[in-house]
Amino acid sequence: MELVEAIILAVLAASTPLLIAATGELVTERSGVLNLGVEGMMIVGAACGFAGAWLTGSIFIGALFGIVAGTLMSLVFALMALGLAVNQVATGLALTILGVGLSGLIGAGFVGERINPAVHLYIPGLTDIPLIGRVLFGEDAFVYFSVALVIGVWWFLYRTRPGLILRACGDNHVSAHALGYPVLRIRTFAVMFGGACAGLAGAYLPLAYTPFFIPGMTAGRGWIALALVVFSSWRPGRLVIGAYLFGAVTILQLHAQGWGVGIPSQFMSALPYLATVIVLVLLSRARTGGSTAPAALGTVFVPDR
Amino acid sequence: MQLVLEKRAERSNTIALVSPLIAIGLTIVTMVILFAILGKNPLLALHAYFIAPLTDSYSLQEIAVKATPLVMIAIGLSLCYLAKAWNIGAEGQFLVGAVAGSWIAVKTQGTDAGAWVLPAMFVLAAAAGALYALIPAICKVKFGASEILTSLMLVYVADLFLDYLVRGPWRDPHGFNFPTTAEFDPVATVPLLIEGGRLHLGSIIALIVVAAAAILLGRTIKGFEIRVVGAAPRAARFGGFNANQLIILTFAVSGALAGLAGIIEVAGPVGHLQPGISPGYGFTAIIVAFLGRLNPLGILIAGLFLALTFIGGEQAQIAMKIPLDVTKVFQGILLFYVLACDSLILYRFKLVFPNRQVARGAG
Repeated sequence: MELVEAIILAVLAASTPLLIAATGELVTERSGVLNLGVEGMMIVGAACGFAGAWLTGSIFIGALFGIVAGTLMSLVFALMALGLAVNQVATGLALTILGVGLSGLIGAGFVGERINPAVHLYIPGLTDIPLIGRVLFGEDAFVYFSVALVIGVWWFLYRTRPGLILRACGDNHVSAHALGYPVLRIRTFAVMFGGACAGLAGAYLPLAYTPFFIPGMTAGRGWIALALVVFSSWRPGRLVIGAYLFGAVTILQLHAQGWGVGIPSQFMSALPYLATVIVLVLLSRARTGGSTAPAALGTVFVPDR
Repeated sequence: MQLVLEKRAERSNTIALVSPLIAIGLTIVTMVILFAILGKNPLLALHAYFIAPLTDSYSLQEIAVKATPLVMIAIGLSLCYLAKAWNIGAEGQFLVGAVAGSWIAVKTQGTDAGAWVLPAMFVLAAAAGALYALIPAICKVKFGASEILTSLMLVYVADLFLDYLVRGPWRDPHGFNFPTTAEFDPVATVPLLIEGGRLHLGSIIALIVVAAAAILLGRTIKGFEIRVVGAAPRAARFGGFNANQLIILTFAVSGALAGLAGIIEVAGPVGHLQPGISPGYGFTAIIVAFLGRLNPLGILIAGLFLALTFIGGEQAQIAMKIPLDVTKVFQGILLFYVLACDSLILYRFKLVFPNRQVARGAG
């Protein structure tokens, strides 16, 4: 029982950064913009988040630093891909390359430092319930926030008028423009939201997952988040399932390494990446009846005035 | 005030030629600011980065050595990108090529195997790189899975596989437990061009690859098909060109070139297989491909320039304690400026002041 609880807790912790980053990217992509720079925004968020928390001693301020850093990075992307109509794939790659360099530069002074990680909720009585107590009432703030974030995004996209307009921009920017909606401005906000989420997801890693910063600590999570958006068919509900499944794969391979299964650890570590490839293939294959992606995803839009 | 893009009637050839230069100029200005923020003398730093490596023979050779894998990989990537197939996993194909070629080197170690070893390593490395690149290509063509994500995921897998080999079955028994194979035999090593120098046969191979790509793109039907499928997919369909077949072809070629670059790096400058054989060549090559405007000759020049930044970065670290990550920041910023300047080829940038909009109505 103890072990089951520990595994569920570990899965939630491993899934949370994926869920936050993927939720942000989902909104970005729903507006018709493909920002491949999630990994870059995350890793800068991780470096800045740790810097903020280390300097001020506050996890909350660290998280804010991560959010601001991710947003600033995404603004660079917005300027290029939306303002200057540059190819979105190439711009996203550039953002990741830049982010990896910047995070190394920012984080260099903090390697080897430690902070007190984010505190976990504790409600006497409720948290002590066996099995589900710590899972439901003993998480850190990031975990609860990530769930609230997905619900909020679902509500925004499907239950509000601005959400409908945002989806319209993603499906047909020409029509949205003709109806008088400021397509590029809406997309800029969507990109910024994606950047803020990626920055927060990155900050989660050194603030709550491991209480220190190491260069390259995102280890491809930004790319997995991108794959999760495809996995979810651009729907927030399925995103939750996908993120927790991937968290489970990550934890499973860690535990398998611990149990000393006769498989070399490197093969187990490769599992999440291989799983991503396999899932992408299976899902894309299942979708022969037409794509569920936003129709204008990744296309350049230059308004005629 | 608002930035507005205005489509040019036709693409500007002048800007197509000067845009990489503008981008480099803007990057250098940005770097000066960055150096000043880091508290380093910008002029000295720029000297260490761009001038110092050009002043001695060792560094010049080292630039050619670093440019070799960059140019080879970027040529392959440029074929993919021209066909709008997004192979971003060249780093993984590079590593898999290095591993496959090293297999022969490791298995023939200490035997009296003859001169066939090195050519066999090259062939196997290219084949392995091509096969590894075919995984995302086939997933794309058969199942419609995003080649961007699958090719990138396979980079991590290749990295872990290499790590397993040099820590496990291939580890040098006399290597003090370091994760590396034993030093390759002379027959399994890329010959040097100058005795006692750094320049090796790989640089010649890279030049041949550049020439071959120039002929392919400029003089053959296949090259024409690649360019049309990327630039005008509808026209290509009417022309009966098979876009899927071209995705497979360009991925295979770029994988083979990356794999070949991998074994040349391992059997050349490095001399044995170990983790960290690539300082991100596969990703830097993406910048090289764009900075070179997806043109073989341009890529050669761009490859030399980015190799210069690698060597300059090392020298700046030694001489001025400038962190190595500055080189990565530099490369990222450069790619941004290159892409932004490319936008000038197709569009005019205009600043519009909303209150004058009425007066400009006729324009």
